[in-house]
Amino acid sequence: MTSATPLLEVRNLSKEFPVGSGGFWSRNSQTIKAVQDVSFSIQPGETLGLVGESGSGKTTLGRSIIRLHEPTSGQILLDGKNVLDLKRSELQRVRRRMQIIFQDPYSSLDPRLSAGNIVGEGLLIHNLTSSKSEYRERVAELFELVGLNPIMMNRFPHEFSGGQRQRIGIARALAVEPEFIVCDEPVSALDVSIQAQIINLLEELQEQLNLAYLFVAHDLSVVRHISDRIAVMYLGRVVEIAEGDELYKNPTHPYTRALMSGIPIPDPVIEETRDRMVLTGEIPSPLNPPSGCVFNPRCPIADDRCPKIVPELRAVGDDHFAACINADGYGAVSANS
Amino acid sequence: MPLLEVKNLKTHFFSDDAITKAVDGVSYNVEAGETVALVGESGCGKSVSSLSVMQLIPQPPGKIVDGEIIFGGQNLLELDREAMRRKRGREIAMIFQEPMTSLNPVISIETQLTEAMTLQLGITPKEAHTRAVELLDRVGIPEPDVRIKQYPHVFSGGMRQRVMVAMALSCEPKLIIADEPTTALDVTIQAQILDLMQDLAKERDMALLIITHNLGVVARYADRINIMYAGRIIERGTCKDIFADPRHPYTLGLLESIPRLDQPKGSKLIPIQGQPPNLSDLPPGCSFQPRCRFAQDKCSVEYPDITDLRNNHSSACWEVNNFKAIVESGVSK
Repeated sequence: MTSATPLLEVRNLSKEFPVGSGGFWSRNSQTIKAVQDVSFSIQPGETLGLVGESGSGKTTLGRSIIRLHEPTSGQILLDGKNVLDLKRSELQRVRRRMQIIFQDPYSSLDPRLSAGNIVGEGLLIHNLTSSKSEYRERVAELFELVGLNPIMMNRFPHEFSGGQRQRIGIARALAVEPEFIVCDEPVSALDVSIQAQIINLLEELQEQLNLAYLFVAHDLSVVRHISDRIAVMYLGRVVEIAEGDELYKNPTHPYTRALMSGIPIPDPVIEETRDRMVLTGEIPSPLNPPSGCVFNPRCPIADDRCPKIVPELRAVGDDHFAACINADGYGAVSANS
Repeated sequence: MPLLEVKNLKTHFFSDDAITKAVDGVSYNVEAGETVALVGESGCGKSVSSLSVMQLIPQPPGKIVDGEIIFGGQNLLELDREAMRRKRGREIAMIFQEPMTSLNPVISIETQLTEAMTLQLGITPKEAHTRAVELLDRVGIPEPDVRIKQYPHVFSGGMRQRVMVAMALSCEPKLIIADEPTTALDVTIQAQILDLMQDLAKERDMALLIITHNLGVVARYADRINIMYAGRIIERGTCKDIFADPRHPYTLGLLESIPRLDQPKGSKLIPIQGQPPNLSDLPPGCSFQPRCRFAQDKCSVEYPDITDLRNNHSSACWEVNNFKAIVESGVSK
């Protein structure tokens, strides 16, 4: 990773959720380990993609970083200062710098507030405007920034299409001039032809405002398109992290390889000759994760050691880390086949 | 003779103040044993056109107002209810998008799986049970003899979709219509289910009609493609022709607007401007014309007929013959 001070650094972050125990009299309640021992950093203006299937903990991780969930342990450093040590009043100031864009443009906007009020709420909370006219001006400016006509300020969310609502969600996040935004599946609820509009908008805004993104998604094609670096999650853990091209060209963890080959490329000529690896089985329940490496029951190259050792992320290339004890051997196997 | 031939199908929905033309003059066919895709975004009429084949359109408000659906030489629209009921499941089966809601939660997997077989094939419950266990085994459900007694809620999404596949197979139909069969599933599970369906189709010489919005899925699995926009098919052809030589601005737009796994960060996405039209209030002329970067005056006056180029590659665009030249010259609105 680069030597400059990162904007955001996550160290050994874990988040557990208690779940209802067996019955009324039962004392020991179980926990779901949604995120386990995750570390990474993000530079100013950089996009880190976070990819994984449902239940991998990617959304929980994103929300824990901006403290929508209280992490169970670990550190979240913004400019070197631990966000988790902050008191409520201090947290509010930090929240100005970290924002989130949600997945579902239908349920994430309050149906009783006008679009203008949704976008402007943050301005009022953080006292960012000094007069009513300045407030209106700023909201109009934000509408234009995300490609909405300011005339629509007084309309309500149900009067907008999915793509337009996602633009409102983006304007809302931008209102407080953040440096870092968690984008939680921002395009997966949208139609194909609208997705590209929103992806391009996020890229333009990043360039214009020097934003850093944590881009959470299940679709590796979208993640690759927008991210500088990509982290792959499986059952609460980051199993591989690398720069985008490097990850695509040299996927090292067997799960990353499977995930990639599961995604069809929209070109029949390429598809015909592509090496494919289809996994057997499904993601195990996070309530009762497998011992050792969590991927071992589905892994095509697992050996006797895998159910016993929890593999740590280790360097397998330039700025490229993978959590697999057989990662090197795998490279050799695939070269032979 | 094709296995399924849909000719000029029109399915409209009637409400007090509007007629929604969900499917408006759609023609396509499916040959025995091949995989055909019907591709489009939400609201383009792709699901309605497949539900029309099964005659599962809620009536009212919906109505098939025109067209023919010829399956195995017989026009399904002329059959009475009882005869149509015997076709469903027996000759044409359907797999739905939502494996969470398409199984009945209060009926065991066994009952749901054997019901159709005893009714349609006239076999005894015992024979049906044996076959059901075999089918579950074939679609990859571990311990099928135990799991067959269970109820849908104990199955994961992927497992339920496997049960749906088994159910569709149970009466050995000639055609399976799969409506977004993997959209609700995770990537690694998607690949499992689609590969399974493709293997089974080959093994049993069944035809597959896949309804999807995912161009990647189409590129991997389909032989031929029909692209739908606003209730009509705007381009069709073999998978290779459509991807290598798109001849409709909407098809081109879709291909240019999707991020691809094999392209690096920052490769340019060209979005299609605007939004799909309201089906009860279509723009004049070509429905795509308000979003088309190559539109001319003519386009807002008259709807272009679908024109055959060669090899059954057809497109409904006025500029179908010199489409390439127009794209290269970069005319844009």
